[in-house]
Amino acid sequence: MTFVRPSFRHPSQPTNALGYTRKDYEGAISTLCAGCGHDSISNAIIQACFEIPLEPHKVVKMSGIGCSSKTPAYYLGRSHGFNSVHGRMPSIATGANMANRDLVYLGVSGDGDTASIGMGQFIHVLRRDLNLTYVVMNNGCYGLTKGQDSATADRGSKSKKGIPNPFESIDLCEMAIQLGAGFVARGFSGDKQQLVPLLKAALLHQGIALIDVISPCVTFNNTSGSTKSYQYVRDHIEATGTFDFIPLRQEIVVEYDEGATQAVTMHDGSVITLHKSVSGIDVTSRRHALDLLEAEREQGRLLTGILFLDPESEDTHAILKTSLTPLNQLSREDLCPGAAALDEVNGHFR
Amino acid sequence: MKPTKTENPEYFHHVIDCQYACPAHTQVPEYIRLITEGRYDDAYMVNWISNVFPGILGRICDRPCEPACRRGRVEKEPVAICRLKRVAADYKESIKARLPVAPAAKNGRRIALIGGGPASLTVARDLLPLGYQVDLFDNQSAAGGFIRTQVPSFRLPKEVLDEEVNQILDMGVTCHFDHYVGSMKKMLGQGYDAIFVGTGAPRGRDLADLPGRREGDPFIHIGIDWLAAVLYRHVHRIGTRVLVIGGGNTAMDCCRTARRLGGEKVKVVVRSPRAEMKASPWEIEDALHEDIPIHDQLSPLEFVIKDGRLAGMLFERVEGRVDDQGRRRLLPTGEAPVFLPCDEVLLAVGQQNAFPWIERDIGIAFGRNGLPVLDEITHQSTLPRVFFGGDAAFGPKNVITAVAQGHRAAISIHLLCEGRDLHQRPHPRVNLTGQKMGYHDWIYDSHVTDDERQIVPTVEKVKSLKDRLLEVELGFDRDRGQLESRRCLNCDVQTIFIAQTCIECDACTDICPVTCINFIAGGDEDDLRRRLQIPADNREQTLYVSPVLPTGRVMVKDENVCLHCGLCAERCPTASWEMSKFTYHEAQAEDV
Repeated sequence: MTFVRPSFRHPSQPTNALGYTRKDYEGAISTLCAGCGHDSISNAIIQACFEIPLEPHKVVKMSGIGCSSKTPAYYLGRSHGFNSVHGRMPSIATGANMANRDLVYLGVSGDGDTASIGMGQFIHVLRRDLNLTYVVMNNGCYGLTKGQDSATADRGSKSKKGIPNPFESIDLCEMAIQLGAGFVARGFSGDKQQLVPLLKAALLHQGIALIDVISPCVTFNNTSGSTKSYQYVRDHIEATGTFDFIPLRQEIVVEYDEGATQAVTMHDGSVITLHKSVSGIDVTSRRHALDLLEAEREQGRLLTGILFLDPESEDTHAILKTSLTPLNQLSREDLCPGAAALDEVNGHFR
Repeated sequence: MKPTKTENPEYFHHVIDCQYACPAHTQVPEYIRLITEGRYDDAYMVNWISNVFPGILGRICDRPCEPACRRGRVEKEPVAICRLKRVAADYKESIKARLPVAPAAKNGRRIALIGGGPASLTVARDLLPLGYQVDLFDNQSAAGGFIRTQVPSFRLPKEVLDEEVNQILDMGVTCHFDHYVGSMKKMLGQGYDAIFVGTGAPRGRDLADLPGRREGDPFIHIGIDWLAAVLYRHVHRIGTRVLVIGGGNTAMDCCRTARRLGGEKVKVVVRSPRAEMKASPWEIEDALHEDIPIHDQLSPLEFVIKDGRLAGMLFERVEGRVDDQGRRRLLPTGEAPVFLPCDEVLLAVGQQNAFPWIERDIGIAFGRNGLPVLDEITHQSTLPRVFFGGDAAFGPKNVITAVAQGHRAAISIHLLCEGRDLHQRPHPRVNLTGQKMGYHDWIYDSHVTDDERQIVPTVEKVKSLKDRLLEVELGFDRDRGQLESRRCLNCDVQTIFIAQTCIECDACTDICPVTCINFIAGGDEDDLRRRLQIPADNREQTLYVSPVLPTGRVMVKDENVCLHCGLCAERCPTASWEMSKFTYHEAQAEDV
């Protein structure tokens, strides 16, 4: 097997505003199965970070256990990273985020790592609205242990074994909307045109941003009876619309027709303009989003794109009113201000 | 843009940049791989079949392949293809038994070759195995033509030349050396079925009208004649201060030979700016290395004679400017003339064709430029059984072009003798061989090394300048040759896309190190070139476009900088990319 990717790149590969090329965001060569959707997501992450652009040394990539959680090795080779315990990525991310709020946190998890063993962690990180981009590489099966159905496998879906899944599935996006996440989206690994802008918007969103990415498992779950195969997803996909993501600092030059578009100004002043393909959609309404997800599901369709966006959402630091200086940068003097300061604090309670 | 027709052998041929650029279409990646495997005999034979003179060309070829080499677009420098050819020639053991043999029973056809240079020898090699009787006429005492008389021995040793020339003569050529053909009319009367003219461009241009030319004659020499005189040992010495006029490869040979015959202060003077000189960059480098300065943008004005001896030359400074008609020309700057002192002058200002021996009333038409009127494909003159090839056909080019033309003329002669249409050319022999061995194993070495181009070691300058017969370049040793051969990107191993089985998972796009694979909406060529992830700006390189895929998109691959690393095929879950070796064997007379 070729474990070495040639070091040459296209001689006219572009550089971004920070002077980096795409190569500066790459990682090691993937050891996942050929054709794995996860590799496409890794590449979308590389592309998004390159395009934003983020400084590689200011990104932290977090993961748990599973095929999905191996992927941080394959992107952002010059960033910080932590491959944690199964299902415990949110806790580790929380700790890191509390210690240093100035970095960009990117957590990657799978459907097993999130919807089974990590479910307890998942729902609470949503509730707390941690400033984290949470990407679920969702293939509906446990690929690393030979393809058993996972908790996100749709009822009736058949993997390679051929036995229909008897259980109800978990819709991670619906849960996230219910639990107060400020940015909820769904993507498909086979559609980078949609996925890259989703990732860019999510990475710049303040607070938790969940992207559930349907990512076919070519080895165990790309069969004709599966609802998470390349073919099935392509046949049943429906997008809320295409959208433009205009980061802060960039002038908005295009004017859109009010009826067919919806512009949402984000926390940092960036603007997301959605070109609606589903009529009447309002991505800032929780109830609307949940209704729409259910309605599309009844039709047997898979709704993708931005599903819910709360531009007012507050992240954990804002909720807890923590210090604006990252905690890991506070000095001994800041943390132990002395007896006089203690007396003053105590004075408030008298 | 319509789906690419890969069934047309020219498509994949074009992807093999080096082979495509080689006039004789030598299978370059194939022989380079054989060198990597240490199979020097096989590597030599792959060369010999196409270019006939691997040892010679491995030293003096003009290397059109190297500027074309894909590696040069990905990294700093191309693969040292030419020097690898020499490696094959240097380390081969015995290939005698593998050379074709002329059959004892002849086919009854007689061919005359006039001039014994590379073009004629190629015709002989192609036609002898088919049973032709071949008579060769040359006014020199040995065959080889230009490569014998004008290429100095320090670049091309006599033994190498003799070996490869004799390989052909020994196949059964009837040689008439020291035989100047003075009349084509007489040749035509001798009953040959076809006559091939490969007399080269034998006349060096003079500066006859320059003042002082006649008075200075004993000290002024025509470069190519002087080189021949050195070879035949009629000339042993040259003055201390020598001016070489001209900027081509002959000028470089003249100045370097002059350095070896006592020229201590040898200068090259050229009209054009340095960057536009015709000589190959590496030959200019070699001259500079031997302490020969190049004075550019100087146009000769006068030979200055003092007391009956040549004292030097006057030049006027020129520069490139656009004239009234919008053409760029070298025009005088108006500065005072420059005087360069010298004892002798060598003129290397171009070569001309000359056919004083061909009567103009026998049906062979000549154009205004003094060249014969020829069919560009068949090389046939207006007299059907007379063919021209090499420098004699379309003016001075290079050895490898002469070889290619020899092959083409041989096909024409064979077709003529068989009574067939000369324009019904035989097709190339092509083949595709899958390279897959296992899940991730390939027959070819797919690893792309980071090594930079190896430098050819040379003899110490002090030594080489004392002996004009001592070859300057030592060539690669085996180890260095293999380091260099591994730099080849195997561009003949083609990436073949099978649209029917593609599931558009993007795995190939994601893994491709040089971002050449794209899945995008179709469009016309300009539109596609613009919309690729990295726009395809190199228009000399083709786009490989698939039929429309299930999502309505097409696969577009920009062949420009593909490393042929096979990762697309390794990462494809449905084997929709295949790595297949494409062999393209240019048709020769035996394929008629």
